[in-house]
Amino acid sequence: MNYSLRPLGDHAIVIQLGNSIQQETHEMVKVVSTFFETRTIEWLVEIIPAFTTVTLYYDPIKIIESHKPFQNTLPYKIVCSEIEYMLSQLTIGEQSDSRIVDIPVCYGGEFGPDLEEVANHNHISTEEVIAKHSNGDYLVYMIGFAPGFPYIGGMSPDIATPRRESPRLKIPAGSVGIAGEQTGVYPIETPGGWQLIGRTPLKLFKPNNDDSPSLLKAGDRIRFNPISFEEYKALEEEQ
Amino acid sequence: MINVMKPGLLSTIQDLGRYGYQKYGVIVSGSMDPLAHKISNLLVGNDENEATLEMTLMGPMLEFRETALISICGGDLSPTIDGKPVPLRRSLLIKAGSVLKFGACKSGCRSYLAIAGGFNVATVMNSKSTYVRAGIGGLNGRSLKEGDNLEPGTIKKESENIIEYLLPFLEDNDFTEIDWSISSEFISAYHQKKTIRVIPGTEYDLFSPESREHFFNKAFKVSAQSDRMGYRLEGPSLHLEKDFDMISEAVAFGTIQVPSNGKPIVLLADRQTTGGYPRIGQIASVDLPLIAQAKPGEELIFTMISHEKAQELYIDRERQLRHLKQGVALKFNS
Repeated sequence: MNYSLRPLGDHAIVIQLGNSIQQETHEMVKVVSTFFETRTIEWLVEIIPAFTTVTLYYDPIKIIESHKPFQNTLPYKIVCSEIEYMLSQLTIGEQSDSRIVDIPVCYGGEFGPDLEEVANHNHISTEEVIAKHSNGDYLVYMIGFAPGFPYIGGMSPDIATPRRESPRLKIPAGSVGIAGEQTGVYPIETPGGWQLIGRTPLKLFKPNNDDSPSLLKAGDRIRFNPISFEEYKALEEEQ
Repeated sequence: MINVMKPGLLSTIQDLGRYGYQKYGVIVSGSMDPLAHKISNLLVGNDENEATLEMTLMGPMLEFRETALISICGGDLSPTIDGKPVPLRRSLLIKAGSVLKFGACKSGCRSYLAIAGGFNVATVMNSKSTYVRAGIGGLNGRSLKEGDNLEPGTIKKESENIIEYLLPFLEDNDFTEIDWSISSEFISAYHQKKTIRVIPGTEYDLFSPESREHFFNKAFKVSAQSDRMGYRLEGPSLHLEKDFDMISEAVAFGTIQVPSNGKPIVLLADRQTTGGYPRIGQIASVDLPLIAQAKPGEELIFTMISHEKAQELYIDRERQLRHLKQGVALKFNS
């Protein structure tokens, strides 16, 4: 396995697994972060997977305490050698299957005020936009930026649309949008410049669920399923 | 119980942060000045991660309905108890019925109030820190309001010892304090000129030679558009030598990002978990209190430090804190 290590400040280390956004790199990110997550490592504070990197936050004091004979060695050096040793034991191929998460979306109307704009920009009908958007092979590369916010790959370039010229001050939670060749869902109400094409009644961020406050996680495959306004209302009540 | 008579500008409950959930995009939050936070807790016999009240620029007015052991650390917001000035960085016993009030901001901009037992608020995802934007943690996910009541948590043996020591001196006073304060090494952070040590960032070498030189030699001013999420800096414009396509990855407390407008942004306690702008620098952990205590309009100078040296300094400071903790325990156990 090819990787390099570098520090992020004096409390974190970055494992670099590739240089471009690719499915193979993503698979490696998944393998490496699962590997560290399933082990008990005293000095490990937390793991943040991204497109091409896995960042490990560590506690320098705990490293010194658990490596008394190496009191004068820099904690970063100890972390480097432990990571190298652990990764040498990692066998690739015991990858678990991806989860598939269905995301129901009510397209257009008040929930998707920019659906027409997206259709006009790409010279297709709004029905075609919905068909293409709900027919993609989507992969959640990472969660970041905001609580529960997924970085998703796999949208058809046929419906790519630039961001709005002036961002909206308030975008409701659950809004499904397009920005360039990306698509995504806003988990909490925020300002934003994405073209809004619909809304899901699912809660992507659940702060009271300590085990997994985010509906999605890196590595999930997702499907957008078109639903009617009535179905939206019914699902919203269930939530 | 403490009654909030006036909330101040931005007073929130914070501990040392919400770790373990960044992979779900959950922001860390926590105290902007972790050093002042830790010292304030140690002075009242708490664990250093216990929740404190972080008060910004204009402090609150608080009525203590019960006698309590407290300490105030960090920026000097001119605290008084029933009109009498209160010293910073000391253990204080405040009598039931007294009013703690804050006035002009004399130094720094954030002050920390620790109370023996901490604040009894719900723990959300392993932390009591308030993250206002998502409305989680602290007191109902928001900053203090007039009429709020704050309850202290369960007091530890260490705190009881300090209270027992101070109680006989309280008598007819509104408050009493211990007759020693902590080493000046810890205090210097708030008085020295704001020279901040920075490790060159991951993309440092991609900046133009001129930008790199300016970054470490010219002064930057904290802009008015600054909050717990980040400080925007005004100064020379910083640019990459040539275009570079950044791929988003984790960012940390003290990461200095430069968006395409050339104006650096220092990421602080409420930063996003990942970022996609080139990083010119990373503030050494030991100097995070300096930036956290900088006010809008204040000037900062960055000087280069190696990653190794930054880590050594962090370890030295943690050792000093440990000695302080032992010192506090020894003084009250004998």
